Amino acid sequence: MAYVAPAEFDHVPAAEVPEVDLYHAKSWVTKYVFSQDAKVIAIQYSITAISIGLVALVLSWLMRLQLGFPDSFSFIEPDDYYQFITMHGMIMVIYLLTALFLGGFGNYLIPLMCGARDMVFPYVNMISYWVYLLAVLVLLASWFVPGGPTGAGWTLYPPQAVLEGTPGADGGIILMLVSLALFIIGFTMGGLNYVVTVLQARTRGMTLMRLPLTVWGIFVATILALLAFPALFVGAVMMTLDRVLETSFFMPVIVQLGEVRENYAGGSPLLFQHLFWFFGHPEVYIVALPGFGIVSDLISVHARRNIFGYRMMVWAIVAIGGLSFVVWAHHMYVSGMNPWFGFFFATTTLIIAVPTALKVYNWVLTLWKGNIRLTLPMLFAIAFIITFVNGGITGLFLGNAVVDVPLSDTMFVVAHFHMVMGVAPILVILGAIYHWYPKITGRMLDVKLGHFHFWVTFIGAYAIFLPIHYLGFLGVPRRYFAMGETTFIPESAHTLNEFISVIALIVGFAQIVFLYNIVRSYFNGEPAGSNPWGATTLEWQTAETPPGHGNFGKELPVVYRWAYDYGVPGAAEDFIPQNVPPDKVVKAKS
Amino acid sequence: MSYMLVAVVLILVAVGTVLFHFISPWWWTPIASNWGYIDDTIIITFWVTGVVFVAVVLFMAYCVWRYRYREDRRADYEPENKKMEVWLTVLTAVGVTAMLTPGLFVWNQFVTVPAGAAEVEVVAQQWTWAFRFPGKDGKLGTSNNAKINGDNPFGVNPDDPKGKDDILIDDTELHLPLGSPVKMLLRSKDVLHDFYVPEFRAKMDMVPGAVTFFWFTPTRTGTFDILCFELCGVGHYQMRGKVVVEEQADFQKWLNKQKTFAQTMAKTAASAGDSPKPVFKAADTGSTEKEITR
Repeated sequence: MAYVAPAEFDHVPAAEVPEVDLYHAKSWVTKYVFSQDAKVIAIQYSITAISIGLVALVLSWLMRLQLGFPDSFSFIEPDDYYQFITMHGMIMVIYLLTALFLGGFGNYLIPLMCGARDMVFPYVNMISYWVYLLAVLVLLASWFVPGGPTGAGWTLYPPQAVLEGTPGADGGIILMLVSLALFIIGFTMGGLNYVVTVLQARTRGMTLMRLPLTVWGIFVATILALLAFPALFVGAVMMTLDRVLETSFFMPVIVQLGEVRENYAGGSPLLFQHLFWFFGHPEVYIVALPGFGIVSDLISVHARRNIFGYRMMVWAIVAIGGLSFVVWAHHMYVSGMNPWFGFFFATTTLIIAVPTALKVYNWVLTLWKGNIRLTLPMLFAIAFIITFVNGGITGLFLGNAVVDVPLSDTMFVVAHFHMVMGVAPILVILGAIYHWYPKITGRMLDVKLGHFHFWVTFIGAYAIFLPIHYLGFLGVPRRYFAMGETTFIPESAHTLNEFISVIALIVGFAQIVFLYNIVRSYFNGEPAGSNPWGATTLEWQTAETPPGHGNFGKELPVVYRWAYDYGVPGAAEDFIPQNVPPDKVVKAKS
Repeated sequence: MSYMLVAVVLILVAVGTVLFHFISPWWWTPIASNWGYIDDTIIITFWVTGVVFVAVVLFMAYCVWRYRYREDRRADYEPENKKMEVWLTVLTAVGVTAMLTPGLFVWNQFVTVPAGAAEVEVVAQQWTWAFRFPGKDGKLGTSNNAKINGDNPFGVNPDDPKGKDDILIDDTELHLPLGSPVKMLLRSKDVLHDFYVPEFRAKMDMVPGAVTFFWFTPTRTGTFDILCFELCGVGHYQMRGKVVVEEQADFQKWLNKQKTFAQTMAKTAASAGDSPKPVFKAADTGSTEKEITR
């Protein structure tokens, strides 16, 4: 039930949760470095992910310099350019977005929002972070091996990924594959924790249908990741064998420089693409679903209104998660696979638009008849909806097999996936940081800097990616170091590229301002109090801010209602926290 | 934050996006193939999705202004509205069907090669193109990358009699006759490539170890760029070619000047034989009535 009548919960017994046997850290090292506290691990994950994300940001600047001013930067060679695009893509998708949503927000919010003291396996949770850090270090190490990192494109398609003619075919590709395998191992340890914690460690009264949508989004995304990452793992292992031991899983007879290579025969390049996208499509939703969940909560809290159609929202998340496993080959309409698959995958892909569109409707219907506060989290949430809808509808172009034929591998694809799984999720992440920073640090972020950051990021990112779609219609290919001479690309397209590159530098600069805000506010920010936004969910009801180890002090909260009791008729306040019993609700004076 | 300002910016985003769409000088190239249906499907998709986008953004702008925060007001408490959710689901399903149905019809045409389409083989390698036409028997000989060597850069099976008269174009310029459906058979020697001419709208990856295909009918004479559209290594961006679409007679003249597989092999063996005039033919039969002269 969405709205739970108070009477139903008279039978919930008083909380008598004994102090569970949490391992309390005894030294500084076990408290802040090898910590088993999910909140500390969350911050470790977040700092690592944002740091490696800054590397990806710098790489994007270098790419844009080359695209905007192809003859001006002699230090960018074709090799470098292909390494930039590859590492930028892989870092953003895996090492930043996946790690930050699940390892960062998942670790911080799941125990707090479920009313648990910690993850159920704190030790494994700690190991998860250190294996992730190792994966990041191995990835960075590829800049220091002969030949540098791989330049095979983030999709790593064989045979080219492992052959000369592609940068990093010596060592870079091996380190990339090893790093991915490590990431998956580390993620699996964390992921099992998130799933088991949601299923087993919810506090009394916290039924699944009372969970905040943030937890639903992260929970379903984690299940997807646990099922999808193994496909990438075996793909990475098989390609490593092809590269190192010269097996031929993905390698047919290859002719290079006029000579038949004796070492490879009989493998299938398409097999890798199937494995990659069986992971890669759910991956889109691994990044999207936590964003969906978080943005639902941001909108509801800051519009002071219950989320519209909670049950529909939950089932939409589950349906999208399920469907995401039967759409992978829409990335392969022009891959040379049997073209008759196109009918199936176009149909499933367009069906997924229905639950996704419903989520969008329910977000805007939550604003409707709300009492909207234009706080920074709300601004970012609105910007998310715009960019997500924009990127989602271009997905309807690419998902419809025959429309994909002219558009695939053009800049249209680049614009589409940046809008829908770059800009949109990052806007949610930024909104979420503005929203939960007061809980994590006890201080508010600076609002003036925040507004500067918001407007430059939102308008700038939109101005970057909207016109790129149109270069794609024109037929400008992606992954071109330089366009050179063509008969069909007008001079104005080059001017547009210069414009986009300049905006990209400005938007990047705004992120530096944001980081400055985070650091400055940590020391000088206005004290936040325990519940500055007037939110209902349990993380805002902790005794201490920031919450201590064990989250809730002596007694775990008992949950009496869903997470969206905003504007309840007859109540004095415009929100009722989840742990307020029906007889304690202060009535409005009539 | 000023509510008015935010509402105005949201309206500007919606209006600006639509304006940009209509005044953008960057749009698809004038089509030169039969795949105008693909362009039509894109236009349908634009209308359906464009209406949704503008509606969502304008509705948000309205909400931001109309439901701005006031201390003395409460949000409406309405957890669910089944009727509205069912309606929205149905409307969305209708919109999706309006895009998917024409899409699948056109996809069916795209994957169904018409009987009588002539065959042309494209052979890609890092980072150049080559082409092969069937000879007067109208059939391409079998090929295998394992048979490639200095004398036989296409890997045509020397024991297959059908391959003897195949015409080899070891050059990045391809000629095609106007108005005849052609099935492009795509091979790669080394890594993935993709044969794409933006004016034709149709493309397909080329996979080593397999033969892939697509078909189209050139509908306009001219010279167009061929670009590789699948990352194939560091020289990817330089992998270009030209396709010249010309009248049947001009095309035939060009084809007659090219060498057959037998001739190229014979040249290396330093012996010359009769060179039969190559004819561009339909693939499915060897009979001369199918000669393409439309």
